[in-house]
Amino acid sequence: MSRNLISEQEVSLLLNDILERYGYDFTEYAPASINRRVNHLYQVDRFPSFAEYRYRIISDPAYALRFVEEITVNVTEMFRDPSFYQALRTQVLPVLATYPFIRVWHAGCSTGEEVYSFAILLKEAKLLHKAVIYATDINAGVLEKGRKGMFRLSQMQQYSRNYMESGGREDFSSYYTANYEYAKFREDLGEKIIFSPHNLVTDGSFNEFQLIICRNVLIYFSKKLQDRVLTLFSDSLEQLGFLALGSKETLNFTSVTGKFKQLENREKIWRKVQL
Amino acid sequence: MTTAPYLIVIGGSAGGLHPILTLLPGLVASLPAAILIVLHRQSHYESVLTDLLSAKSALPVKEASEKEPLLPATIYIAPADYHLLIETDHTFSLDDSEKVNFSRPSIDVTFTSAALAYGSRMTALLLSGANTDGTEGLIDVHDAGGTTAVQDPATADSDYMPRQAILHAPVDIILQPSEMAAFINRMAEV
Ligand SMILES: C[S@@+](CC[C@H](N)C(=O)[O-])C[C@H]1O[C@@H](n2cnc3c(N)ncnc32)[C@H](O)[C@@H]1O
Repeated sequence: MSRNLISEQEVSLLLNDILERYGYDFTEYAPASINRRVNHLYQVDRFPSFAEYRYRIISDPAYALRFVEEITVNVTEMFRDPSFYQALRTQVLPVLATYPFIRVWHAGCSTGEEVYSFAILLKEAKLLHKAVIYATDINAGVLEKGRKGMFRLSQMQQYSRNYMESGGREDFSSYYTANYEYAKFREDLGEKIIFSPHNLVTDGSFNEFQLIICRNVLIYFSKKLQDRVLTLFSDSLEQLGFLALGSKETLNFTSVTGKFKQLENREKIWRKVQL
Repeated sequence: MTTAPYLIVIGGSAGGLHPILTLLPGLVASLPAAILIVLHRQSHYESVLTDLLSAKSALPVKEASEKEPLLPATIYIAPADYHLLIETDHTFSLDDSEKVNFSRPSIDVTFTSAALAYGSRMTALLLSGANTDGTEGLIDVHDAGGTTAVQDPATADSDYMPRQAILHAPVDIILQPSEMAAFINRMAEV
């Protein structure tokens, strides 16, 4: 009955190998989740022993890439937490509308569902034409999917419900065409999105934004790494810019707390009030 | 701040709320353990659930937040739509990866991660439910030296989950809902 699990010490050996050989740094992620993913992959790929798992990672760069892509969590949805999107509509977009040119950064965007959701908001507010959205992730595989703008058709009912709950008034199906198992989102929604690789652990700031959205990424990081990444976000925001986090993430008790003020609602959106 | 030296994880699905409401009023405030409740449910009733359990308990009840240390004599509820993990430094982590056994939070995920963090200093208690979540986690808890307990299927609204566990996992003790508080309180005496 008993399962053959890899210990936390063995997992750190693998993470050090990945850092030294391939330059991806997972050593400051919260261990419990990484542990679980590393063990899961070990079982799925049916390695007879830890030594063979480790050897494969060290000696086979293609497998190492699989390892990197599998130990990070890529789950995402369109209009997840509808009340969050409602808050963007009513409290953030009216401010963005006052700028001649809008720059947004989706950090840890995964396959792009969240980015397309936001593009729909901008479209409906008639702001998309003057916006550019940088959508970044550590994982090249998910970015490739994001560029295609094709999501599973079977999800559309749920997404349409989320969209309406977020205050959407259009017919959601007008934003895509159904194509076998996929919904292909309209070209005009994708035109202003630039998908590109960026590693929050090792890469720096690359622009100044009025809005940064980074949801369900920080939960995977240690407290120390969270602080560092939040400083990166703070440095990449204009004065009075907005920072939006996932529904279980917070800016409270972090290195940048004093610079930000949370919006007056229960959503996880903060405004940078101090340079 | 010292974190809880012991941990009790309670997992329930359909019919799991009833035994929880039965055991909560009986818990003593000197408990050296943190209590963690993983309950399958609709995401809409969040605050209602915390309020409901608070009303039944002398111990503080709160939703677990990520990076928060586990404190003794405190009852934590796994938030809806995330898996709840325990770090070896006795803090919580959240993870929004795929559902396990059609569930997020999954009882298996929390049992297994708690077993790695707490070893023999934990007890897992599996309650009523209509799926197979929890069984694999109980095996890991047992392997790590922890104690495994299951609600008596005869007292469960849905007996499938406790029956599966008894069939496939090493279960140390089978409990009636009325015996659960006393069973947990015994930890206060060690
Ligand atoms: C759970 S998904 C969140 C997707 C989306 N933001 C949402 O909330 O639905 C987390 C994403 O963060 C990415 N990620 C993890 N570590 C990263 C890093 N160091 N730099 C950039 N992205 C990272 C993962 O590849 C994954 O796509």
